[in-house]
Order: sequence, then structure tokens, then C-alpha cells
Amino acid sequence: MSHDSTAALSYLQEPKGLKSWLLTVDHKRIGIMYLCAIMFFFFVGGALAVILRTELLRPERILMDADTYNQFFTLHGAIMIFLFIIPSIPAALGNFLLPLMVGAKDVAFPRLNLASWYVYVFGALFCLYSIISGAVDTGWTFYAPYSTTTSTSVISMTLGVFILGFSSIFTGLNFIVTIHKLRMPGMTWFKMPLMVWGLYATAIIQVLATPVLAITLVLLIMERLMGVGIFDPAMGGDPVLFQHFFWFYSHPAVYIMILPGMGIISEVISTFSHRKIFGYKAIAYSSLGIAFVSFLVWGHHMFTSGQSEIAAMIFSFLTFFVGIPSGIKVFNWVTTLYKGSISLETPMIYALMFLFLFMIGGFTGIMLGALALDVHLHDTYFVVAHFHYVMMGGTVMAFLAGIHYWWPKMFGKMYSERWAKVVAVIIFVGFNMTFFTQFILGAKGMPRRYYTYLDQYQPLHGFSSVGAWVLGAGFMIMAVYFIASFWSKRKVGDNPWGALTAEWETSSPPPQHNFLTDPVFKHGPYDYDKIAVVGDYYKQSGGTKMAEKI
Amino acid sequence: MTTHSEEHKTHILPLSLYLNVGAALLTLTVLTVVVARMDLGVWNAILAMVIAVSKASLVALFFMHLKYDNKLYAVVFVGSLAFLGLFIILSMADTETRGDLDPIRENPIVREAIIYRDSTRFTNGHETSELDTAGAATDSADVVSDSTATHSTDSQTPDGH
Repeated sequence: MSHDSTAALSYLQEPKGLKSWLLTVDHKRIGIMYLCAIMFFFFVGGALAVILRTELLRPERILMDADTYNQFFTLHGAIMIFLFIIPSIPAALGNFLLPLMVGAKDVAFPRLNLASWYVYVFGALFCLYSIISGAVDTGWTFYAPYSTTTSTSVISMTLGVFILGFSSIFTGLNFIVTIHKLRMPGMTWFKMPLMVWGLYATAIIQVLATPVLAITLVLLIMERLMGVGIFDPAMGGDPVLFQHFFWFYSHPAVYIMILPGMGIISEVISTFSHRKIFGYKAIAYSSLGIAFVSFLVWGHHMFTSGQSEIAAMIFSFLTFFVGIPSGIKVFNWVTTLYKGSISLETPMIYALMFLFLFMIGGFTGIMLGALALDVHLHDTYFVVAHFHYVMMGGTVMAFLAGIHYWWPKMFGKMYSERWAKVVAVIIFVGFNMTFFTQFILGAKGMPRRYYTYLDQYQPLHGFSSVGAWVLGAGFMIMAVYFIASFWSKRKVGDNPWGALTAEWETSSPPPQHNFLTDPVFKHGPYDYDKIAVVGDYYKQSGGTKMAEKI
Repeated sequence: MTTHSEEHKTHILPLSLYLNVGAALLTLTVLTVVVARMDLGVWNAILAMVIAVSKASLVALFFMHLKYDNKLYAVVFVGSLAFLGLFIILSMADTETRGDLDPIRENPIVREAIIYRDSTRFTNGHETSELDTAGAATDSADVVSDSTATHSTDSQTPDGH
């Protein structure tokens, strides 16, 4: 094999054929397969959201009846959470990048990795089947006792989610072993890129918490099929126990969603500030800190559920601790920006959007963690706005930052930067129109998950719905410029942004086994104070200016 | 310890150690029985748990070789138990303290809730018949079976005021 990186065929070019893709054990191809699958479900979940918002344009019926509405918001939630956002960054981007970032040929268990994708698809098919066979209408949380009594297809949906959990555990297990065992020579723990730390913390939660979700869903299925009575007070059970079980997984799951996003932000901010990341160890430890604290706070979802006051006080107190590691990260990112040579490419724009939106999401989370305030705001649009600011304003923006950042590496193609920037603005505007409005709606008392509402809420609901259309339009344009990029003739260099992590040292797209020679750790992932690299992207578009800037 | 375990990929322990651990386990079992026969109040449960944990630890450490393996495995093993403990303890912080401050919270789930009056979901004979009668006779919350009726009346009182 030639040592000239440009001569080697990329992972996209060899081996050829559909079979070589379906039976591949290459983490990059599996990452791409995950990416296709999750983008499909993001489209489905997003379409459901736009339809829901259209229905909510006016209080009276526009598109569907109330029962269908219940099914639609449940499907929107379940699809977005279990089929899109949980696997989005770890399974799609993480799979592609983790071995490249630590300088490995593949993940530790490549076959298990492929199995995780098939398990994901299998679980997804169950979820799709449940849509055909009487879509579930419980909300994505499947709360008992309603979920044990409704006539909709709770079992096939929960079975689907149960299966998806295994896919998540496989990925987590694979990542933990890969990070422990396959780092390139010289890359010690504190020389790993922060994205890898984020994925490590995520993987720990995936392995520790997901089994509890599986137990919960099995109990729910048993309750429905056999009437075991664990959640049924008539038989000595306790429906609040379901919420304990459910949130013991699902609260940490929120951090499965956000932690790898935070990893992306650490990479992007450092690269586009051309500055060594501030407080590396603090960011790394705070990832583990968030992972740990995430297991202690689940009861804050249950303040008004009938949980005891003492438990509520304990959970409220513990919830405030989440603010500490999150705050550490945000301050370190902002300090990295300070006096950096900031260049506003699309990934950086999304990273800055993340900072802004995640802060709003985080602070409103602290508000909801306060006991007295939560009684007023519980189950209102305020909560809906809060978690959309964290999940969409946080994780999805980080995901978008990541996908724009690594797109040239993944496909060797560059999207239209001009269109990407335009879309970033559209998405930012659409997002805030949709969801900031919902903070106001919620504070005014508009309950969530309602099919209709009082006339006084109509102007705000209408504004929010228009925002959703803007947001939807933004994503459609994004899909177009990403697909159009495959026909782009423009060459992308190995290192378009001038970054220092290992994945940029191999060709774009990388060869089948990632590196043509065994990589050795030469410099830290953020040594911008020692090394100045001008990215190929800047060389093509007036690189001298950037070189001077650096 | 790490070098030790790396040197001995298949660690062989002397038979005497297994026998000693086995003897210790048997002794502890006898102790469990003895303690169970004494009335020590709350200490009964605590002692029983301490003995049980010691036995489980002996099995994990020696029979399952956790003591001689990479320390990371021990961390993972203990960690998983710790998280299980965390789940149980924090859930019990709820279930064991309901009604401590506000009596109405003691039985937050009352059977008059409409969902529990829906008789179709109960399949076992006893419950079905009672609830069917309740549902058919009247919609009133008063007609509920067995002990929950008392609780529900209690918890309804503050509401009434």
C-alpha cells in the first residue's frame, strides 16, 4: 500500500457494493449508516412537529381530531428521543470519529458495533409497526396507570424502545473499551480530545442507566399482559414507582443526549478561536461530574406526582448541583473565546448558538428545579420550552456544529458555506420564534399536550407555529445544500479548518483502516499556542489573511 | 497488584484458600441462623445484612477472583452495586416518608380515581366483581372495596375543608 495519502482509496470507495456496506465492520461506514437512519427519523419526528404546530395554530380543529393529536405528540416525542437524539451524536458522529480521534483502526468490538446498528433498525421497525397498529397516545414517558389501560399499541412501542436500549448499551460498551484500550501510543488520558471525554462520560451512563429502562418497560409490558400489579394500587402497587423507574433512566438519558454535544462544542470553539482550550481538566472532569450527578436528580420530574415532600426537597437540592459542572464548562468555553482569533465559519456559528440557547435552557431548568415555582410551571409550555432549549437549542445545535465541522472529513466534500450561514440564521430565528414564545405561554398557564386552548393564547400559539414553519424551512434548505455538496467539484484538504486533533491528520475521506501508518501522539489536541496550522479551507479562500490572523 | 495480575493471566489459588473461604461462608451461615433466633430489635436486620454482604464479598473476592484481577473490574463491580443502592435509597426517600409532613400525601393514589373505577381492566375474579358492582351501582366515590376506602376517606377530609 502506498504511503501517499492521496493515492489510497477512501472508505467510501472500497470495498464496493451494497453487501459490503450491509456487512461492514468499519466504524466509519457504520457511523454513516447510523447517520442515514437517524436523519430519516429526524425528518419523521420533525414533520410530526410541524403538523402538530399547524394544528395548534388555532384552538379549533384544523388537521386532526384530539385522539390523533395525542398520538402525534407521543410519536414526535418517542421518535425524537429514542430514535434520533439518543443515538444522534454518539452512534453517528461518535462512531465515525472516536477511533479516528484516538488514532485507532476501529472500535474495540467492530462486529458488536455492526450488531448495534441492526438492533437499532430492528427496534425502529417495532416502533414503526406500533404506528400502523394503533399509534400509542401516552406521551413518550409511558406513565402508568394510563399506559397500562389505553387501548393503543403500548406494547409494540415499548418493546421497540426496549430493543433500542440494547443498541445503546452495545455502543456504550464499545466506546468504553475503545477509549481504555485503543488509544495511540503517547495519548494519555489527559491528552485525549474533549470530545472523547464527552463520549466516555456518555458511554458510562448508557451502560449504567439503560438496563433500568429495559426493566421498567418489561414491567410495564407484564403489567399490561399479565396484570402483575406493580404499578396498580388496587393490587398493592404504586404508579409513582413507575415514574421513579422511568426517570432513573430518563434523566441520565438527558445527559446521554447533551454530553457528547458538549464534547463537540469544546472541539469547535477551540479550533475556530485558534486558541488552546481553557481549563482542559476542568472540562474533562465536569463531564464525569455531570454523568455522576445525573443519577441523583430524577425526582425533580415528580414534584407534583404525589412524591413525598422530603424526597422532593432532597431532589430539588441535588438538582442545583447540575448547574456547577455545566457552569464550569460554559465559563471555560467563554474564556477560550476571550482574545482568541475567532473565525465565524458555520460550525462556529452553531457553537455560539449552542452557548446562547443552552444557557437559556439551563437557567430555566434551575427555575423548574425550585420546588415552589415548579408547582406553578409543571406540565405547562414552560417545561416544553425549557427542554426544547436544552435538547434542540443544545444537543441539536451541537450536532449541527459537529456535522458541519466534520462533513469535509466524512465525505471529502464541502457544502456551500454561504447557504450554510444563511440557514444557520433561519434556524436561529425560527427556533427562538417557536420556543421562546412557549416560555411566555407556559408562564401564562397554557398546559402542555392540550389539543385546544382558550382564545387568549391564540396570538402566541400562532406566532410559535409560524416559527416552526421557519425552522422546518431552514432544515429543508440544509438538506438540499448537504446533498448538493456531493456534486461539488471543490477539493477539500485533509485539514480544512486547521485543527490539531488526530482525525485531521488522515486523508478526507479517510482510508479503510483510518491511517496508512500507525499514528503516534505528536502534539496535544489543543496546542494552538505552540503550533500554527492554516487550514486548507482558508488557503483556498484567501489563506494569507487567516495566516496573519493566527 | 496490576503487574501481579498481568504475570498470572490464569491465576491459580491454593486449595487451602478455597477451603478456608468455604469454611468462613459456612460459619457465617451458622451465624445468620443464630442471630435470626435472637431478638435484637432493629439490630436483627442490620446484622443479617452485614453478614449477607460479608458472604457476598467473600464469594466475589475469592471465588470470582475479583481480588486478583485488574482493580478496574472491582471498581466496576462495586460501582454497579452502588448505583443500585442509590436507586433504592432515593426511591425509598419518597415511599417511606409519604405523609410525614402533609397527611394528605400518605396515600396520593385513591381508588376513586376514574381510571381505577374502569372495571374492564381487572381480569381476576375478585377485583372484577367488586369494582363492577361499584361501577354499576353508582358513580359515587364512596363505594370502594376493602381497606383503601378508609384511607381515601381520610385523605378526602382535608380536601373538604
